[in-house]
Amino acid sequence: MRRDIFQAIADPTRRAILVLIAVQAMTPNAIAEHFDNTRQSISKHLRILSECDLLAKKQEGREIFYELKIDKMKEIDIWLAQFRKIMEEKFQQLDQVLFTIKNKKK
Amino acid sequence: MNLPFDFTVDKDTATIYITREFAADLDLVWDAFTKSEILEQWMGPKPWRVQTKEMDFRVGGRWLYAMVSPENVARYSLVEYIEIQPKSSFTTRNSFSDENGNPLNTVFTYSLTTNSFKAEAGKTTVSIVKKLESLSQLEQFTAGGFYKEGTAMGFRNLDELLLTLVTNK
Repeated sequence: MRRDIFQAIADPTRRAILVLIAVQAMTPNAIAEHFDNTRQSISKHLRILSECDLLAKKQEGREIFYELKIDKMKEIDIWLAQFRKIMEEKFQQLDQVLFTIKNKKK
Repeated sequence: MNLPFDFTVDKDTATIYITREFAADLDLVWDAFTKSEILEQWMGPKPWRVQTKEMDFRVGGRWLYAMVSPENVARYSLVEYIEIQPKSSFTTRNSFSDENGNPLNTVFTYSLTTNSFKAEAGKTTVSIVKKLESLSQLEQFTAGGFYKEGTAMGFRNLDELLLTLVTNK
């Protein structure tokens, strides 16, 4: 399966992880401490983010730090996310319009 | 109400695939996508509004409309109808234009969009395939173009984007 930024941000825990590591590089343990999820579930989210090519690994001594590959979140992805949001909002407006028209007909 | 919505992108071919279900029958949803008086009610992302200058829904015809900002600044768009299969699908060529429908060749080229409609048990699924010349065109639709002012869309950086996505869920 091809992974991309939409899969990365589809899950609230992954979005929260991205926000955390956007600020500073963190070890998996330090990341897990921010969540109620099991360590195993955090590992799974980190693996998916890694497959989306959003994580850079840094080895320091015995510890592995994860940081966000900021250049991977390219402008195009941000435009795409915005375009998606714009379309979602338009369709929600259309839901309302359809609902209003249907009620008038009754 | 949370209706199925799917949004995928093929970056290699610069094509966006959108599928959305609507809780209305085919006739009504078809009208909503093809009649300017209904299009005007939902096509403008707030606080922009849509104003039709010309509408001629037939093959070879066009819809010329303006997105009007709260400050009454109008930006014109042109939708040309290339192919129409009534109550089934239609294909358009979309571009930005001046108020007479002449292309703005300064920045933007065009995109091709096919909208397909499928009815099922009182609901209608619309599939949209939007083929751009390049994904960088999207800037015209989002941050760098139309929606820069007046909407919450102007994400300035990654943090802001992510935080907004987190907060909205």
